Amino acid sequence: MNQFQYVRATKPQGAIDAVAKDPTAKFIAGGTNLVDLMKRGIMTPQKLVDINRLPLAKIERQDKGLRLGALALNSAVANDALVRQHQPLLALALNAGASPQLRNMATVGGNMLQRTRCSYFYDLTMPCNKREPGSGCGALEGINRMHAIFGASDKCIAVHPSDMSVALVALDATVLVSGPKGDRRIAFADFHRLPGDTPEKDTNLEAGELITAVDIPDGPFTKHVHYQKVRERASYAFALVSTAAALDLDGNTIKAARLAMGGVAHKPWRLTAAEQSLVGQPATEASFRRAAEVAMQGAKAFKHNAYKLKLGPNTIVQALRTAAAA
Amino acid sequence: MKAQQKQIGAPMNRVDGHLKVTGAAKYSAEYELPGLVYAVLVGSTIAKGRLTSIEAKAAERAPGVLAVVTHYNSPKVPGYDTAGKDPSQPATVGGPIKIFNDDKIRFNDQPIAVVVADSWERARYAARLIKAQYAKEAHQTNLEDNKPQAFLPTSAKKNPKSPMADYQRGQADAYKTGAIKIEGEYVIPTEMHHPMEMQSITAHWEAPDRLTLYDKTQGTLATRRDFAKEWGLPEANVKVIATFVGGAFGNALHSWPHESAAIIAAKVVNRPVKLMLTREQMFTQVGYRPYTWQKLGMSATPDGKITAITHESIGQTSTYEEFTESTLAQTRMMYASPNLTTRYRLAALDIGSPIWMRGPGEATGAFALESAMDEMAHLLNLDPLEFRLRNYTDTDPEKNRPWSTKFLKECYKLGADRIGWSNRKLKPGSLRDGEWLVGYGMGVGTFGAHRGGAHASAQLRPDGTVLMQCATTDIGPGTGTAMTQIAADTLGIAPEKITFELGHSDYPQAGTQGGSSTVNSVGPAVQQACLALKDKLRELAGAQNPTFASAKKEDVTLGDKHLSLSSNTAARVPYSDLLKQAGAATVTVEAKPGNEGQQYSMYSFSVHFAEVRVHELTGEVRVSKLVSCADAGTIINEKTAANQMKGGAVGGIGMALMEHARIDDRFGRYVTKDLADYHVPVHADAPNIEVAFVNQPDLKVNALGTKGIGEIATIGVAPAIANAVFNATGKRVRELPITPDKLV
Repeated sequence: MNQFQYVRATKPQGAIDAVAKDPTAKFIAGGTNLVDLMKRGIMTPQKLVDINRLPLAKIERQDKGLRLGALALNSAVANDALVRQHQPLLALALNAGASPQLRNMATVGGNMLQRTRCSYFYDLTMPCNKREPGSGCGALEGINRMHAIFGASDKCIAVHPSDMSVALVALDATVLVSGPKGDRRIAFADFHRLPGDTPEKDTNLEAGELITAVDIPDGPFTKHVHYQKVRERASYAFALVSTAAALDLDGNTIKAARLAMGGVAHKPWRLTAAEQSLVGQPATEASFRRAAEVAMQGAKAFKHNAYKLKLGPNTIVQALRTAAAA
Repeated sequence: MKAQQKQIGAPMNRVDGHLKVTGAAKYSAEYELPGLVYAVLVGSTIAKGRLTSIEAKAAERAPGVLAVVTHYNSPKVPGYDTAGKDPSQPATVGGPIKIFNDDKIRFNDQPIAVVVADSWERARYAARLIKAQYAKEAHQTNLEDNKPQAFLPTSAKKNPKSPMADYQRGQADAYKTGAIKIEGEYVIPTEMHHPMEMQSITAHWEAPDRLTLYDKTQGTLATRRDFAKEWGLPEANVKVIATFVGGAFGNALHSWPHESAAIIAAKVVNRPVKLMLTREQMFTQVGYRPYTWQKLGMSATPDGKITAITHESIGQTSTYEEFTESTLAQTRMMYASPNLTTRYRLAALDIGSPIWMRGPGEATGAFALESAMDEMAHLLNLDPLEFRLRNYTDTDPEKNRPWSTKFLKECYKLGADRIGWSNRKLKPGSLRDGEWLVGYGMGVGTFGAHRGGAHASAQLRPDGTVLMQCATTDIGPGTGTAMTQIAADTLGIAPEKITFELGHSDYPQAGTQGGSSTVNSVGPAVQQACLALKDKLRELAGAQNPTFASAKKEDVTLGDKHLSLSSNTAARVPYSDLLKQAGAATVTVEAKPGNEGQQYSMYSFSVHFAEVRVHELTGEVRVSKLVSCADAGTIINEKTAANQMKGGAVGGIGMALMEHARIDDRFGRYVTKDLADYHVPVHADAPNIEVAFVNQPDLKVNALGTKGIGEIATIGVAPAIANAVFNATGKRVRELPITPDKLV
């Protein structure tokens, strides 16, 4: 096997130091993605810094919001009473992802940092700019039915696979990180990147920065929410397209809306223009359909994923419909 | 003595169930031998061309590495000179391709080297250090592009009566002139078997000319034959052990390159070598259901009588083997069409060889035929079940002879009642459940009730228990359990007293487990071995008690500790006396079919009814109800048989809705390389599947009356679901799988 060093961190600063000074080091939490990538030789860290013992697993009330520790397990978050009470959309999104076994291992921070599932990224013999910058994008002219319709570049058309992140971007979450230069807060929408010319960078985290928590502000989205995930089997599959929808209704009038899509871009795709188009409108099929049309502006399909141009808006309508009826 | 409860038909628990669920059952990867070392394959990264160099030095110097074998340094495999000269031989006879023999690359991921090390991790690490250079040649991996080059299989060229040859009754292509006709093209993409257990082999040269293989195989004797031939050894010098097989669905019906590699590696390092395939290698090393294009035309009279069918197909094969399957068989015999034409062709691609996958070609063909039946019924505005009844045949229209038995009408009745067929509307898109469109569909399946010769042995032990042995394997249907039930009834003793051992090439000979033939073939051998044992015991007892000498074997009763006679319970001989004198009481018998197969057409039949829900916006399909009914002759074990039907139906759901191995033709390489990309159904995809059996014996097949279940469990399921999707939505999907992108 590839030899690597394994150290267990007991304090956040120790973990940050260990990774900051060694460019070949990686944090490991649940390892549900990293270990697979290491087995396949796609990621070959020389050092693993195990952060599972760090005290970052709490889910707690903060001023006007919820704080999820970066090491809180996906299953713990999905089943947490506070989460279900204040942010039910997040629980729905989490439960749509992976399998119970994986959710019992995967953490909040790790879920955000999972790599794309693009087949070309996973095959060392095929071109992939994300894995090997400059080698080309295999998917661009290849089998691209799972790929992006928004924000892609000619360097990379991969999508981010997380369901949880789709809900978090819709809910205006903030990512808390600690690093060699201190602590900072990153708006969730700015956390993941579009591929541009540097698809090897999935996020705006800097070297040695550790995610410590995610804050979600309280909002009115405690009832009319839905996470609609369309996949090729009933469970345990990545989304063809997914939509997180949250509505604040006054009678049948939409006071506020949140919408984001998964399976369509290199990052969880927030649909602010479509949200705006819903404000003040009645919660009807026609309003939802109009919002879906707004949402799809600028979408561009490749050879095998043109179906997403139709499935995308339909999924938005279905998510809004279900949220309104919830 | 109280009569034993009848075991045949009873829902007996699996005899090895406890071993399996507790992890005590030993699968091929779990044998630990002294001095065992590990091998990992290195695959080519091009689909066609030549190897110009292999840089192995770094791997050879890596820690723990014992050997790196390539075509540059492989020992000469004696059988390579003679093997595989005739590509038209069935795949199982052709044996594996000759790996490490030359520089030729025939498919992507073809093994070009095997690394042996003292641990699997070290072997895998070293395997990644190997670098190869190639002279690439243009490859072909797309069947659609290669349809113009499709050819008649060699077996059909040699023998015009071959089932692969062109077939015609009545007028050729008569449907074209029919007034009411349909015509459509159907595609089944490449599908992968992916049993839970991945292929694994431990090869052990116990002496320079004695080889033992702990191997995942469906046929211990076929594997023995192939590797005895490859190494120029007498078959008696090769031992193959496959006590437990964790599913296979056909992919262990062939001898594969990784098996050759392990044997070569074991020869080189002169130690036992274990080689386990990864899930990724399962896509490239052990076969698949071939991508198949079909075209079916059909004409009918206004009152629903089929007047002509033409069914053509082009299946994928490799460049080094001609793999054929019976894609068009069901079309030739299922419906009473006076004019019928079938044409079967192959297209050779630069991909490894296919191998039969559950239901094999019949399941592929049934998708086209049973979809077309639905299309024609729709055109005629007829209920599809009624349309099938109007074209039902009481004799085989292909061979012009009687069926041995056929209870398909009974199956229709059983299934239609259970699914609630009367709820079905003729007009598509008529039924709804909220946002879900609801539809009903049916599909028929059939498969030959094949039977081959088989041997079995039976031995009475002094404690009154019976040991039975047979070389057959059990890839999951519960063969040992069914055989124990047959033996228990025949011997008149409790099943707990019987041990049925299988999966070892030293045991009495039997065929490979495949083609739904095991119970048909081995069942009679077990039955006859038990009768022979009774007779042998009667004879032995006769030496001590003359009453036995004149008794009939049927009267012989096996008690707890002694032998007696049902006609004379006073006559008793203790086993201890019986066996003290004789040493042991063992019989081995062979049971063979007669010429019934020439007089009758023998088939199992099934019908599957599906209720589906299709989401109006997302195009997701959920099978909400599935009913599978079979005419499979006598059911030996109601529980394992139903389990087999349900497993086959789940396979059919996968075929209908999600299974699709995709190749990027630019690289000639699969992009679906794990079970996250290649979807098989999860529990949530399977409804509660209802199974019903006609359970009428077919005594033409054998004295037990069995016909076989394995294939008909899958054949016809995919079209039932596709037809239900049409009924729900009015959309006819002729290219599987029916994923949301095709319905949205």
